Amino acid sequence: MIKLNAKIPKGAIEDKWTNHRFNMKLVNPANKRKYDVIVIGTGLAGASAAASMAELGYNVTVLTYHDSPRRAHSIAAQGGINAAKNYPTDGDSIKRLFYDTLKGGDYRAREGNVYRLAEVSNSIIDQCVAQGVPFAREYGGHLDNRSFGGALVSRTFYSRSITGQQLLLGAYSALSRQVGLGKIKMITRREMLGLVVIDGAARGVVARNLVTGEIENYAAHAVVLATGGYSRVFFLSTNAMNCNTTAIWRAHRKGALFANPCFTQIHPTCIPLHGEQQSKLTLMSESLRNDGRIWVKLKPGDKRKPGEIPESERDYILERKYPTYGNLAPRDISSRAAKEACDAGKGAGETGQAVYLDFADAIKRLGKKVIEERYGNLFEMYELITAENPWEVPMRIYPAPHYTMGGLWVDYNLMSNVPGLYVLGEANFSDHGANRLGASALMQGLADGYFVIPYTIGDYLAGTKFQAVKTDHPEFQKEKVAIDEMTKKLLSIKGKRTTDDIHRQLGRIMWNKVGMARNEKGLKEAIQEISDLREEFWKNVNVPGSAEDLNQALERAGRVADFLELGELMAVDALDRKESCGGHFREEFQYEDGEAKRDDENYTYVAAWEFKSPGEWALHKEQLEFEYLKPTVRSYK
Amino acid sequence: MSGNMNLTLKIWRQANANAVGGFVTFNVKNISPDSSFLEMLDILNEELEVKGLDPVAFEHDCREGICGACSLVINGRPHGPLDKITTCQLHMRHFKDGDTIWIEPWRAKAFPIIKDLVVDRTSFDKIIQAGGFISVDTGGVPDANAILISKEAIETATDAAACIGCGACVAACKNASAMLFVSAKVSQFAVLPQGQPERYQRVQAMVKKMDELGFGSCTNTYACEAECPKGISVRNIARLNREYFNAKLKSENVEA
Ligand SMILES: Cc1cc2nc3c(=O)[nH]c(=O)nc-3n(C[C@H](O)[C@H](O)[C@H](O)COP(=O)(O)OP(=O)(O)OC[C@H]3O[C@@H](n4cnc5c(N)ncnc54)[C@H](O)[C@@H]3O)c2cc1C
Ligand code: FES
Repeated sequence: MIKLNAKIPKGAIEDKWTNHRFNMKLVNPANKRKYDVIVIGTGLAGASAAASMAELGYNVTVLTYHDSPRRAHSIAAQGGINAAKNYPTDGDSIKRLFYDTLKGGDYRAREGNVYRLAEVSNSIIDQCVAQGVPFAREYGGHLDNRSFGGALVSRTFYSRSITGQQLLLGAYSALSRQVGLGKIKMITRREMLGLVVIDGAARGVVARNLVTGEIENYAAHAVVLATGGYSRVFFLSTNAMNCNTTAIWRAHRKGALFANPCFTQIHPTCIPLHGEQQSKLTLMSESLRNDGRIWVKLKPGDKRKPGEIPESERDYILERKYPTYGNLAPRDISSRAAKEACDAGKGAGETGQAVYLDFADAIKRLGKKVIEERYGNLFEMYELITAENPWEVPMRIYPAPHYTMGGLWVDYNLMSNVPGLYVLGEANFSDHGANRLGASALMQGLADGYFVIPYTIGDYLAGTKFQAVKTDHPEFQKEKVAIDEMTKKLLSIKGKRTTDDIHRQLGRIMWNKVGMARNEKGLKEAIQEISDLREEFWKNVNVPGSAEDLNQALERAGRVADFLELGELMAVDALDRKESCGGHFREEFQYEDGEAKRDDENYTYVAAWEFKSPGEWALHKEQLEFEYLKPTVRSYK
Repeated sequence: MSGNMNLTLKIWRQANANAVGGFVTFNVKNISPDSSFLEMLDILNEELEVKGLDPVAFEHDCREGICGACSLVINGRPHGPLDKITTCQLHMRHFKDGDTIWIEPWRAKAFPIIKDLVVDRTSFDKIIQAGGFISVDTGGVPDANAILISKEAIETATDAAACIGCGACVAACKNASAMLFVSAKVSQFAVLPQGQPERYQRVQAMVKKMDELGFGSCTNTYACEAECPKGISVRNIARLNREYFNAKLKSENVEA
């Protein structure tokens, strides 16, 4: 029986992290280079972790499936990164960021973790500025801020609409510096396909060289997964095409618990679908909601163009339903409001699957120049994709899968239940509860990488007696054989359907039944349908090419095989959670006005699933305790 | 919504770095004008896969013009016929039914072909590793607002920092020079106060690495700027030259 211990330090919430840092064991500086650490992933979490650990003196090897560490999906984040600096002196503080994040997550995250996140947030901004990250400035030379959903203060730091790129290039430069100094071995075009567990602890990984197809072994004292989120289980999402769940899924199969898999975020402001040939969805930064107003037609079925619909016949849904937060209501709430309106036939455009995001008032109030400065490149991007000019006609937006709050279970030290296996960034479940606030993922990724793991990993390394393990250990061989077999099988099926075709079908099941609104019947159907689809995949997929070559079809097939297992677990988890909270909306559990109805008495727990066999899991519960913020009904009215 | 364009594609195929490559002709049908260029290639690849044939290898990830993974020389132009966008941002509405489209990889000595349309751009990473950073360890840095930066400086730095490292500048240049890429990073740090202490070492180390890696020299044709999806300006190259000249004057102990 697995016993979950979150290892939250004792003491007052303000002191937990400080005390913990003091109480942790330290590795003698001269010994640090004797410890090998593998980091998988070079997004914000992985790059910052690798650089920081190498600076401390550990021997770090980094793997990524990209051709360059700078391509990690973090690069695509647009809007910004939160911190409790309170530079605008509008009432922000560590406590308020803590409160907003916990409340935003609908009280399904740990107080201790969230407080620490808020606490280190300020150091992140300092660090990035020191690296030369060009955050936006005011005329006096000070840093500028903007607001994001779920907050009444301006605490988001940004760099035009390319914040993720600039932060990642900052972390990438720190990483590159260590590569140049010979302290990091940077290995690109490698996909981790297996975790090696020896005597119960993570001691290495097995990865495929994506150019030659060779299966390679990497041994270490600890393994850090910073491999991002799994929104691509929906096929269509805002995530990059190669984002996948394989690294954490293979670790899950090796014993790491998967926590709250059903907590997924559907982002309200994405460009609507253009048709069947669509491969991914494009996010329009949430920052647009600072100045854009969201509305739909008052009368269902109204066929007029937006410009012909008078004020009195428009419904500004968020402003009406949530006067305090208005267009800045949190993502889950905004997405659901859009879906409701569209389901009622009030949606925009030909398909009716969209709502308007209108800047006409803001342009009148602030002038074209200000709007151009704030959102110019987003407007351009919109026009490029839709061939519509948002200066003239309101944008059309619709919700799309965007972020996954769920992920591998980790304790306060970011270690999974498998000793020596750490999980950072979007890949873990730690800080966002049932819903993540805008601009908080970048914060969490960098908090984990720059300011948490460099401390906590030392405690583990200093406190553990290690047997020498080399890559000729039989466990590596075992893992390699299993991977070879899977590859052989995939290449030999020679069925009638492509991987994408099956992936698309999985996506439709997920979107319709495990998406924005879920119910018991739909979830039960989804479980059956996914399991059937998985069976079909293993009988009827066609993966061409060979294993000894750059074979993108094979890469995709392996990833979809894992999605076909994960998708089912998401439905199982959603079925178990008989309440609505954050991004998890169960139609059976809502108030009369359609708001989510939490069940604190029975569901204030983290659902951590143990893998038994495909389609079979055991549930472990970590009870959440709230000492500082008593859960209340989350109201943004 | 089903599409209505039929196209002929002439695609460069090459089994691996050492194999002989050549153009292969494909036909695709019913392409929606609202589809992206890469979605059009997805459709081709799905058709190949269903028949058990090797799909055309090409690199891509974000499909939003920011990761720098996609490349492709389309009808002779890096990232295709439109200015200031990446291949993944190109839509089929810019082509006509019946068109023939030529698709090739980046071609440069420093970017060897791996397979089909995929090339190896690690040389860019190596240039950054040689000095494209500010040497600062995690922690122990001043408060962010202790460093004041004028709006003008931050705008110039951000313009330069917007480079996505795709390599179109190299592919566009008849000398396969990496000057636009290198100068963008040099400029970003040269105009920021944080970049000052290493200003002169940085430019020398990066230029030295660039030369070592087999990139050609810059003869000011400005093809790079014309093809840059992010509109990185050749003014950065002028700044790099100035920085490099000053570095030579000021530093005695760094060799280029
Ligand atoms: C379009 C978009 C906009 C966003 N905007 C914002 C925003 O404004 N603010 C905000 O806070 N958040 C934003 N987010 C969310 C945020 O960007 C992500 O949650 C965050 O960047 C994830 O970082 P990460 O380091 O955890 O993972 P990633 O950046 O996804 O990196 C994952 C890394 O792991 C590697 N990898 C994965 N699997 C393997 C494997 N098996 N083998 C080898 N390598 C592997 C990949 O190559 C990559 O290097 C946005 C997300 C999207 C999609
Ligand atoms: S795929 Fe990322 S820039 Fe084109």
